[in-house]
Amino acid sequence: MAAARHFLTRHGRRLVVWLPLAWLVVFFALPLVEVAQTSFTEPRRGIPPFAPLWGFGEDGVFTNFNLENYGLLVEYSQDYLKPAGNSLRLAFFSTLICLVFAYPMAWWIARSRPSHRAILLVLVMLPFWTSSLLRIYALIGLLNTNGFINSMLLQLGLIAAPMRMMQTDFSIYMGMLLTYLPLMILPLYAVMIRLDDDLLDAAADLGASRVQVFRTIVLPLTFPGIIAGSLLVFIPAVGEFVIPALLGGPEQVMIGKVLWTEFFRNRDWPVASAIAMLLLAILALPIIYARYQDGRETALDRAEEAGRGGQA
Amino acid sequence: MTSSPFIRINHVTRRFGDVVAVDDLSLDIARGELFCLLGASGCGKTTLLRMLAGFESVDSGSIEIDGIDMSRVPPAARPVNIMFQNYALFPHMTVDSNIAYGLRRAGMPAAEVNDRVAELLRLVRLSGMGGRKPHQLSGGQRQRVALARALARRPKLLLLDEPLAALDKKLREDTQFELVDIQEKLETTFIVVTHDQEEAMTLASRIGVMDAGKLVQVDSPRALYDRPKNSFIADFLGTISFLEGTVESAADGLLRIAGPVPVTAVDPGGFAAGDAVRMAIRPEKINLSRQAGGGVNEVEVTVEDMAFTGVASNYRVLGPGGQLLKLTQPNMRRGEAAMEWEETGYASFDPADVVLLRD
Repeated sequence: MAAARHFLTRHGRRLVVWLPLAWLVVFFALPLVEVAQTSFTEPRRGIPPFAPLWGFGEDGVFTNFNLENYGLLVEYSQDYLKPAGNSLRLAFFSTLICLVFAYPMAWWIARSRPSHRAILLVLVMLPFWTSSLLRIYALIGLLNTNGFINSMLLQLGLIAAPMRMMQTDFSIYMGMLLTYLPLMILPLYAVMIRLDDDLLDAAADLGASRVQVFRTIVLPLTFPGIIAGSLLVFIPAVGEFVIPALLGGPEQVMIGKVLWTEFFRNRDWPVASAIAMLLLAILALPIIYARYQDGRETALDRAEEAGRGGQA
Repeated sequence: MTSSPFIRINHVTRRFGDVVAVDDLSLDIARGELFCLLGASGCGKTTLLRMLAGFESVDSGSIEIDGIDMSRVPPAARPVNIMFQNYALFPHMTVDSNIAYGLRRAGMPAAEVNDRVAELLRLVRLSGMGGRKPHQLSGGQRQRVALARALARRPKLLLLDEPLAALDKKLREDTQFELVDIQEKLETTFIVVTHDQEEAMTLASRIGVMDAGKLVQVDSPRALYDRPKNSFIADFLGTISFLEGTVESAADGLLRIAGPVPVTAVDPGGFAAGDAVRMAIRPEKINLSRQAGGGVNEVEVTVEDMAFTGVASNYRVLGPGGQLLKLTQPNMRRGEAAMEWEETGYASFDPADVVLLRD
């Protein structure tokens, strides 16, 4: 016990950094490198279904670098561009819809009594505790032609024939909203709870209308939450294929579905990996750029502050 | 005063659930006054301030500013601005934009806004700092930005909620005088809310002491200090020693009061033989010496405790019957041996300095 405590006090600080870092390397960086490598290999029949990228042969180290997979993506771009477009559109509108619903909800939770907040937050996260597949099947039960909503409306005499809600954009976006809403609410809540009420009073005191208070104070100060929530929703939404597959029609193929088909059905791991890498590049580059800009601005701010330190 | 008061608070009450935050309070404030609402936290002073600004509604009674009833006027439309305790500067805006915020909302042309902002920055001695963000400023600078922002719309009434509470002691003293200077220059009516009695004394021309939603006494700082209305005020403002006794006789404008310490006091009127009285004496009005002087109101005391503060020494001495007296002796001459613990000496005070309280 004492020895363990001694070890922790001596190395605790390092442990805190190195343990998560090791975890990231093993479960994030290494698989990513593996996928990147696979995207440059040649497909073959066997296990695994691709030729090794490099190895030790009779003539020493050999490499088998193959750009053909990316060439295929360009050659058959029609087959990939449309699903990619579908996915980006789905992700974009899902993010937008989530934002529209989450913003007032997060605001309401952040402004409610402290004793109620915990309960409301748990309610937001509660759906996460059930299987997402189960929730989607529940949604199918609600939206089906002979589902709950249609039979209710028919019984009430509000409609004459059942409405078609399943396999439409409506059902897809309902599913996306149901799944991703908490990811948007939580970061928004986090920035809103830190927003000082006095700032709103001060703006009102200085003559701002409610709309002006929102536009000039609330919106700029909650913007980091909007960005964080949007990224949390947008990124997984691009790769989403379960929800469109179960709730949407057959005509809308998502890039996630294409990836799945290449991987499992065609067993073309190299091409699947190439798609994954391309998707990663499309998603990661804008974020890295934004981070870089953000970091530069902070650095500039700090430099300015340091420069002025003397006269203050 | 010939005209009607600038601010008329008329039997105002405000409840939060079962708690009466402001209880049937009436108060008139003149134009150009620097008025201080003084009280412990929870006494209702901030609620009163927020009602003047329009952030809290009034349950009953009315508030008039410059002859206009404010009950239906929203915060933005009142000729009132507020400086918040934590300043509430907009963190994402520069100093310039913070100060210009109210002017832009009022639709002032850009050129005029720039002139006004520059003028305000000069007033609060922050010229050249307009491009900074609030987090790049010191506490004192932030306080001055908040003041400039609140003054930008040229309000008829400026409300200041604990304006100096966030500053350290040294800065607070300088800023107090600066605030009074600015107030005098602009002739705007200021209402300052504070829990710090020293701050209230230095700033205000009149102080209203609040307790449990009511105004206990409204007076000039000197009158509050020298002629407190009751024990609460006497005790709340500064240090004071209390003595109990019974009036023995009243003659020639003097009261003779029997008790553990017999006291002769100037008769404020209205006391008769047999009345129980409470007396209060300020520490600096009591003199302490090693030799008896033979005057009135002189008692033999033993030094129980002594603290040297620089300007003066504070003593706690015990008189007859264990009566505690708190007193302050200035350090007039260097090197003069001060009285020490357990030493015996004589405390004396003037009959005119005895404050008689009825409660």
